[in-house]
Amino acid sequence: MKTVLLVVISAIFVNNVVFARFLGICPYVGVSKRVSTSAGMGMAVTFVMTLATAITYILHYLVLEPFHIEFMQTVIFILVIASLVQVVELVLKKVSRPLYSALGIYLPLITTNCAILGVAILSIQMKYSFFLALLFAFCSALGFTLAIVIFAGIREKLDEADIPGPFRNVPISFVTAAILAMAFMGFSGLVK
Amino acid sequence: MGAYHEFAKGIIKENPVLRLLLGFCPTLAVTTTAINGIGMGLATMFVLLGSNIVISLIARFIPDKVRIPSYIVVIATFVTIVDLLIQAFSPELNKALGIFIPLIVVNCIILGRAEAYASKNSLAFSILDALGMGCGFTLALLILASIREILGNGTIFGISLFADAFPPILVFVLPPGAFLTLGVMIAGVVALEKKMGATK
Repeated sequence: MKTVLLVVISAIFVNNVVFARFLGICPYVGVSKRVSTSAGMGMAVTFVMTLATAITYILHYLVLEPFHIEFMQTVIFILVIASLVQVVELVLKKVSRPLYSALGIYLPLITTNCAILGVAILSIQMKYSFFLALLFAFCSALGFTLAIVIFAGIREKLDEADIPGPFRNVPISFVTAAILAMAFMGFSGLVK
Repeated sequence: MGAYHEFAKGIIKENPVLRLLLGFCPTLAVTTTAINGIGMGLATMFVLLGSNIVISLIARFIPDKVRIPSYIVVIATFVTIVDLLIQAFSPELNKALGIFIPLIVVNCIILGRAEAYASKNSLAFSILDALGMGCGFTLALLILASIREILGNGTIFGISLFADAFPPILVFVLPPGAFLTLGVMIAGVVALEKKMGATK
């Protein structure tokens, strides 16, 4: 129970994927103009990240390790993620129209979201059990969603602010992210 | 003009990080020291060069529908090569860059150049493009990393600069410092460009 709680808190707050690990910065800056689109992106990431970690985890321990081809990890994982995203898109289109129209447009962007591959590799590196790996992936994705939704909320307000010329758009986003990251640093030391 | 332009455009005019706004994750994550910044820049340049060469050679044999997965396999292969080389020759760099070596594969700069440039241009131009973009990326990383290392640690390339005269601002080597420095750098480039446009 204690380890479970530690993984949850560490993945969402202390080692937040965006603010502490620097994963998934591109979608974080790119798709965070509105709270609603950010929430959509967050949901799509949560879905794919958990699924991708489950599949890559099984592949790593049942295929890569028994055959001693761990060096193929990068190639195999990225292929799995890329094809997984395509499959998820096809299945969603067929099975659930509303879910597809909600998540559909974010799915192609996810292949190049380094958070997915990063979390898949991290959960192998940390030698988690299967259950913990899934939990870690799910909570990391929640952390990503939290970060991007908070950020979008601030950005909606920023649109109306009078920002000095050169800082408009991307630079001010980074300065905002710096302040948010500082806030998230308040959680450090919570989990060793 | 032509060849020189293909090389030089990546360094300032179309700098991948500061102008095209690509590849933020490794840029922010590994730039705690100048050495790490250069290491990451060179590793990325190697992958970019390899993938640009191979893709410009094979692009016309790949059916349009499967081109992205094919490009990703090519890129992932070079990333694996770089990963193994760094593991073998520089365990320290391997430790410092950690997970961001395999993550070069999802660096949008590389796939972006493959799709937008190497697949449409000749081998020689693709090589120049890769070298230019790689230098631009390394340069951006080096500047960002130097600022962070000097302010956050009081050193440059591990050499102490101020002794005790200037206490380091620790926050610059922590995540918030990365975001802040990069934000100010991009703003600086925008302002500089405006000024140069005005004097013309």
